[in-house]
Amino acid sequence: MSAVDLAATKPADVAARTGRTGIRARTARIATGALIALLLLPFVPVLLWSVTRGWFYPAILPPALDLAAWGVVGSPESGIPAAVLRSVGIALGATVLSMLIGVPAGRALGLHAFPGRRWVEALVLAPLVVPPLAVAMGLHAVFLRLGLAGTATGVMIVHLIPTLPYVVLVSASVFSRFDPRVEDQARTLGASRLQVLRHVTVPMLAPGLAVAALFAFLVSWSQYGLTLLVGGGQVPTMPLILNQYVTAGRSDVAAAIALLTVLPGLVALVLSARILARASRRDGEGGR
Amino acid sequence: MTERARLVLMLAPTVALLAGLFLGGLALAALRTVGIVPLAGRFDPTAEPWARALGAPDVLASIGVTLWIASAATLVATVLGLAAALLLRRAGGGRLMTLLVQFNLTVPHVVTAVGLLWLLGQSGWIARIGHGAGLIDRPADFPVLVADPAFVAVILAYVAKEVPFVAVVTLAMLAAVGTGPAETARSLGASRWQAFRHVTWPLIRPGVLAAATVVFAFVLGTYEVPAVLGPSHPKALPVLAYQMFTSNDLADRPAAIALSLVAAAIGVACLMAVRRLMSGLPTLKVAR
Repeated sequence: MSAVDLAATKPADVAARTGRTGIRARTARIATGALIALLLLPFVPVLLWSVTRGWFYPAILPPALDLAAWGVVGSPESGIPAAVLRSVGIALGATVLSMLIGVPAGRALGLHAFPGRRWVEALVLAPLVVPPLAVAMGLHAVFLRLGLAGTATGVMIVHLIPTLPYVVLVSASVFSRFDPRVEDQARTLGASRLQVLRHVTVPMLAPGLAVAALFAFLVSWSQYGLTLLVGGGQVPTMPLILNQYVTAGRSDVAAAIALLTVLPGLVALVLSARILARASRRDGEGGR
Repeated sequence: MTERARLVLMLAPTVALLAGLFLGGLALAALRTVGIVPLAGRFDPTAEPWARALGAPDVLASIGVTLWIASAATLVATVLGLAAALLLRRAGGGRLMTLLVQFNLTVPHVVTAVGLLWLLGQSGWIARIGHGAGLIDRPADFPVLVADPAFVAVILAYVAKEVPFVAVVTLAMLAAVGTGPAETARSLGASRWQAFRHVTWPLIRPGVLAAATVVFAFVLGTYEVPAVLGPSHPKALPVLAYQMFTSNDLADRPAAIALSLVAAAIGVACLMAVRRLMSGLPTLKVAR
């Protein structure tokens, strides 16, 4: 407690209050650790189930190591390798399209004030807040007519509804920290438009935009309801096939699928943390 | 090219896509519930789908439990997320701890739901530990937390998923506010709690409440969590709507859309609340 604290006039109950809130860093670390442990607890049975079979109540630990689930995951007949490819393909497609469509809009929102801006912002935010079930049901008839219902392409298109807003919002915040005058400077110094893009704009924005792309991939990868509605059960992506194996009672295979489904998120998390840390270091050196 | 034309070009693809898919889907959904199907050239205005939706057995119970799940999950996730952010800051937030808190953010909801199924089920991992500790004898002795009328496991799945979301938003808000205001208050004699309660909290409150609103709206529309962990009676709104949408009785389809529009309408109200809350935030204002 500092001298200022002691000297200050305070209400009578302040001693109790400072006693409660004067948490030391060590206590805070323990509390954070406990919270993290609680948050990660659901993954303990997932990890254990992925390396065993016939693990019945009341055994706390699996009776024996059994990697049969991973054999099923690797075998083409299980449909799981195809589901991995399908999910990756849909997520990559949705990511590329949302980046191409969304980054320019992010630039406009990040750098410019314009009439109607509020409406564009609301339109971008809406798909992230309004539950998409009704939207997908409304589109269903159109997709049927266009031959898109029950196809991976249809699913990818409907995934754009949540992925595009993420790309626009993340890239808008990236551009709001970008000074476009450096582009003009490069132009003044004789660079062509393409050279400016290649050597100035992209290198400065790449870290933030990479994070936007990782986000978009993950959002598409995790979709369930939209895939189920538009895919009509004929486009089994990883989340859907995971639930199928749970319902079928193959907990071991489901656990292995669950781990595969978590993997891209883990990679994206580590990658984006690295990208952002490197970018902030570089910004620090550049004295921005 | 004029500045104006460039802006329009940058924004047009995003606006067109979201207006077409999102607003278009929503409009088609709404029209379908009053007997209008533009694609099929059908125009027989009726309120029958709405009567059918609201008159279907369990609909009111379903809306009730959905609001209960969303309110409980939002309240717990917001309080814990706020606590997690403050604790992380207090603990000196090592990079590993921050990453671990963020981890659940990247995990698809269906994986978290399956993890909780294996953790909290009556023959799940915690029940087994209870047996090992001599607390329970048979699985039936363990409290019903999965597929229970109070939706405990469903709520906990959302809590596990959304605590990191609230924490990340809160950390961003805290970083934007900086330590300056709180330190000033402290140097003027405020206790740590007083500085938080009267200085920091009012500054971060809009962002935290916006995050809470997003969580609430999200829970209203998510299918997979109650599908995996919820009871079969009454069903959460998205589960009931999906079942009616895919029922053999085609007349159920417009009624299903009407139900999902109820969720969407609550979502629109949430969107307006988020917009109001965020208008006070400096981070989203245009840079120049």
